[in-house]
Amino acid sequence: MNYLETDLHSLHQQLVNHELTAVDLVKSTMATIDEHESQLNAFITTNQKKALAAAEKLDAEGIPADNLLAGIPVAYKDNIVTKGVRTTAASHILDNFNPVYDATIVEKLEAAGTINVGKTNMDEFAMGSSTESSYFKPTHNPWDLSRVPGGSSGGSAAAVAAGDVLAAFGSDTGGSIRQPSAYNGIFGLKPTYGRVSRWGLIAFGSSFDQLGVMTRRVKDAAPFLTVMSGHDGKDSTSSQRPVPDFSQFIGQDIKGLKIAVPDEFFGQGIADDVKAQVEKGIKQLVEQGAIVDHVQLPHTKYAVPAYYVLASSEASSNLQRFDGIRYGFRAEDVKNLTDVYVRTRSEGFGPEVKRRIMLGTFALSSGYYDAYFNKAAKVRTLIKQDFEEILKTHDLIVGPTAPDTPFLIGANVADPITLYMKDILTISANMAGVPAASVPAGFNAAGLPVGMQMIAKRFDEGTIFRAASAFEEMNQYYLEKPSFKGGNA
Amino acid sequence: MISKDQVAHVAELARLSFTDAELAHFTTQLDQIIVMEHALAEVPTDGVAPTTQLTDTENVFRDDVPVTDGPSRDELLQNVPESKDGLIKVPSIIDKGEADA
Amino acid sequence: MNFETTIGLEVHVELKTKTKMFSPAPVAYGAESNVNTNVIDWGFPGVLPAVNHEAYRLGIMVALALHADVTKETHFDRKNYFYPDNPKAYQITQFEQPLARNGWLEIEVNGVKKKIGIEEMHVEEDAGKNTHGDDGYSYVDLNRQGTPLIEIVSKADMNSPEEAYAYLEQLRKTIQFTGASDVKMEEGSMRVDTNISIRPIGAEKLGTKAELKNLNSFNHVRLGLAYEEKRQAEVLMSGGQVRPETRRFDEASGETILMRVKEGSDDYRYFPEPDLPPFSISDDWINEIAGQIPEMPEKRRERYVNELGIPEYDAGILTDTKEMSDFFEESITDGADPKLASNWLMGEVNAYLNANKLDLAQTQLTPANLATMIQLIKDGTISSKIAKKVFQETIKKGTEPKAWVEAKGLVQESDPTILTPVITAILDDNQQSIEDFKNGKDRAVGFLVGQIMKQTHGKANPKVVNQILMGELNKR
Repeated sequence: MNYLETDLHSLHQQLVNHELTAVDLVKSTMATIDEHESQLNAFITTNQKKALAAAEKLDAEGIPADNLLAGIPVAYKDNIVTKGVRTTAASHILDNFNPVYDATIVEKLEAAGTINVGKTNMDEFAMGSSTESSYFKPTHNPWDLSRVPGGSSGGSAAAVAAGDVLAAFGSDTGGSIRQPSAYNGIFGLKPTYGRVSRWGLIAFGSSFDQLGVMTRRVKDAAPFLTVMSGHDGKDSTSSQRPVPDFSQFIGQDIKGLKIAVPDEFFGQGIADDVKAQVEKGIKQLVEQGAIVDHVQLPHTKYAVPAYYVLASSEASSNLQRFDGIRYGFRAEDVKNLTDVYVRTRSEGFGPEVKRRIMLGTFALSSGYYDAYFNKAAKVRTLIKQDFEEILKTHDLIVGPTAPDTPFLIGANVADPITLYMKDILTISANMAGVPAASVPAGFNAAGLPVGMQMIAKRFDEGTIFRAASAFEEMNQYYLEKPSFKGGNA
Repeated sequence: MISKDQVAHVAELARLSFTDAELAHFTTQLDQIIVMEHALAEVPTDGVAPTTQLTDTENVFRDDVPVTDGPSRDELLQNVPESKDGLIKVPSIIDKGEADA
Repeated sequence: MNFETTIGLEVHVELKTKTKMFSPAPVAYGAESNVNTNVIDWGFPGVLPAVNHEAYRLGIMVALALHADVTKETHFDRKNYFYPDNPKAYQITQFEQPLARNGWLEIEVNGVKKKIGIEEMHVEEDAGKNTHGDDGYSYVDLNRQGTPLIEIVSKADMNSPEEAYAYLEQLRKTIQFTGASDVKMEEGSMRVDTNISIRPIGAEKLGTKAELKNLNSFNHVRLGLAYEEKRQAEVLMSGGQVRPETRRFDEASGETILMRVKEGSDDYRYFPEPDLPPFSISDDWINEIAGQIPEMPEKRRERYVNELGIPEYDAGILTDTKEMSDFFEESITDGADPKLASNWLMGEVNAYLNANKLDLAQTQLTPANLATMIQLIKDGTISSKIAKKVFQETIKKGTEPKAWVEAKGLVQESDPTILTPVITAILDDNQQSIEDFKNGKDRAVGFLVGQIMKQTHGKANPKVVNQILMGELNKR
């Protein structure tokens, strides 16, 4: 099975009509993954044996006609813990870690009958935007194998774009679902903070992290999000609000939809080809009846520095548990406790993770808390207020997802600041906790995908589905298939 | 400008060690990042409350009811690098500095 | 030179809940290592905390009992430090907005009453336990990890080891009466750290303080502080300076021993815990909890003296623990005479507990059985000699006293219609004794009573026997 020529509903029909069994589907999915892996490196671990067992069980029980997700193979970013399936966060420090429990989204999705076929590659501990900081290997972009898939959910994005799986799950702390979705020409949604339980997501920035879904087709994402969402007693920050059936928003027209386009999202540093595609897309939305206003989000330029202080501070604390004592890697020939800590962590973490631990530890340390952590937390309030103001009078904020198209592997590794600044368009939604998605917005002259970002009010993912599905219908960019060109991997 | 000594102190807090060459490199990079952070100082924030979390709820409590159907002790221990008699084994603590909570 | 001592205490108390502060793993003592743990206690990747409602409720109850102001808008914070018994390498605690502030307790030393201020108190999670083997390894047990604690930080209001001792006694008693904790130092459910400094009398600035740890009993606190007072005075008298250091009390020598000199303050990198939403504690909840606080020992003592006529000293002892006080009150509800119940609890019961090193709850004695036994003595059903037997039986086995004395035939014979014929028969057989009595020999009465007791197998009520015997003798 290659998922480039089908969608969730037709697959479901085939399963229900016994034209296809769940076992067939898992087997052919595994075959596609195997075929692509030498070029893509999208997976860290595949889960063939357990996936087949689950499929056999489903076939024996029968695929229920009213459950769209039953028997559908999916992949999880490798920072989502899966019981009995190695989970590494793409780090040496966890490269032998075998979780003893499932993340809440895994529990929910498996209860709905989806089948875990593997764990996808990512930037180490989700810190990065190119999947190059993975301890294991860099993932390649199926549209141009010499280029990065974006990150940190680069493996999930590449796997979906290449047709390895119909849906993959990722986490988004500062754009880690949306930016790779843009780079791979797929739909990727970061829900509202609190919409989806974080139980079982290996924490990076706890007040930013949110789990989301990535698919080629907008409509295919909706039923997954419906299942993933909702309050979880194990995550006190998960919202008690009722979860709508997100599929109801698919295909609704966008007449009268009020769209805000922030000037700051088209400023310096945004590539012309990206601007052109997104502006074209906005015009199409207007043609369909949307009303567009140009607005300002004045604190946007502070989003990157504020984000890096806050997310790194939380990360510095969250990653202290990786100490070589209870699980994961422990440095060899350690003589005393200090050695266990220092050598395990120094050998176990890669440079980007260490950089952020260092920044975060510094920002929280005695004498610097007020100037860094607390100052950034106040700036966060202002950024959040910017969004709340605009979203009081508008349904959606629209702009590019990423300032550029996929760059060459290795091009930016040496320069963290340049990489950090690329997050400017996605970070704000995490600062404010609002839902945001990247929707395919065509290709540049080189055939590289461009993503359009849609940001809505808190808990209004429905409007994103409405606008994104309408936009998809107008353009049908999903008919374009990745070329796998440019590779010798 | 952040000094090498400061970076070394932060590394100690974070239980990380760097070679001299790495330390020099890290100091330069960290300094660049901290310079980027100085932009924050331009923003007037008098009277602005910090945002440290984004949940839409408050007063989330759990009932005091034991849950014992989770992973067994053996399962919990299965990832431990070294254990003995159900205990987690670690090389001896020589630094008594942080024994208290 | 004369010095003035300043002491502050930090007390950690385990809150009595079924589950941990932030995880639903059971709280239990003496279990096999790492059995009462779950993925949260282990700090596995991806786990999140969830606050135990009961722990917070008990925390508020303690705060109210200590006359503190409960903080309305609060949140948890992370305190970051690496240690094997601290799996996440941060402890979830309340730093910025503690549970409550500005409490106080009244103590009395040598008849002088004094208010000791309480700076703040906060709830947090306990750490696991490290044991250090002699094989070059340490061993970590996480059973205790996550146990709910309340930390109570006093103001530096105490000026002598005796005051510190009295504060701890009063604190223990108050918390024990709320039922929020067992507050037992020997079981670790109460732990004490102290700060002590001295300064020349009249000096404005406080002296450099030393921290004193590893104190396993209130008595050690008192002895350790007294030693420290002396040590610091000697240092100053000899022209030296007290260093900011952490010392521990050595039980064997009665001395304090240097653990480490503090260099600067520890850098715990506190910041608000992002995994837990903030709390807004309502007045309704605070009032509800205030209504649930049991009557405190001072109030009870007053009531025992004024309403039950118990002597002041006895009332104090009866209200030393909630267990004893509750037992006393229940036995009265079950019909016991208050003074007799008090005498029994202070006398035989306490003696039994001390001799066997037991708590009241560890015996089989119930308030109802105590009340019944007292009633049996009072109405003459059993003699005080028999009562001692009954007491042993009921405290050891929980036997119901009335049924037991009846079954064992231990009921006193007080019926004159049964005793009179026995007595007259014995008088008839002992003419000599009657003679002796008439001649003023009192010993004769003793001999006759002995004969009567022998005849009745010791069951005759001595008081009744005496009455009938005197009457019969005078008739002859």
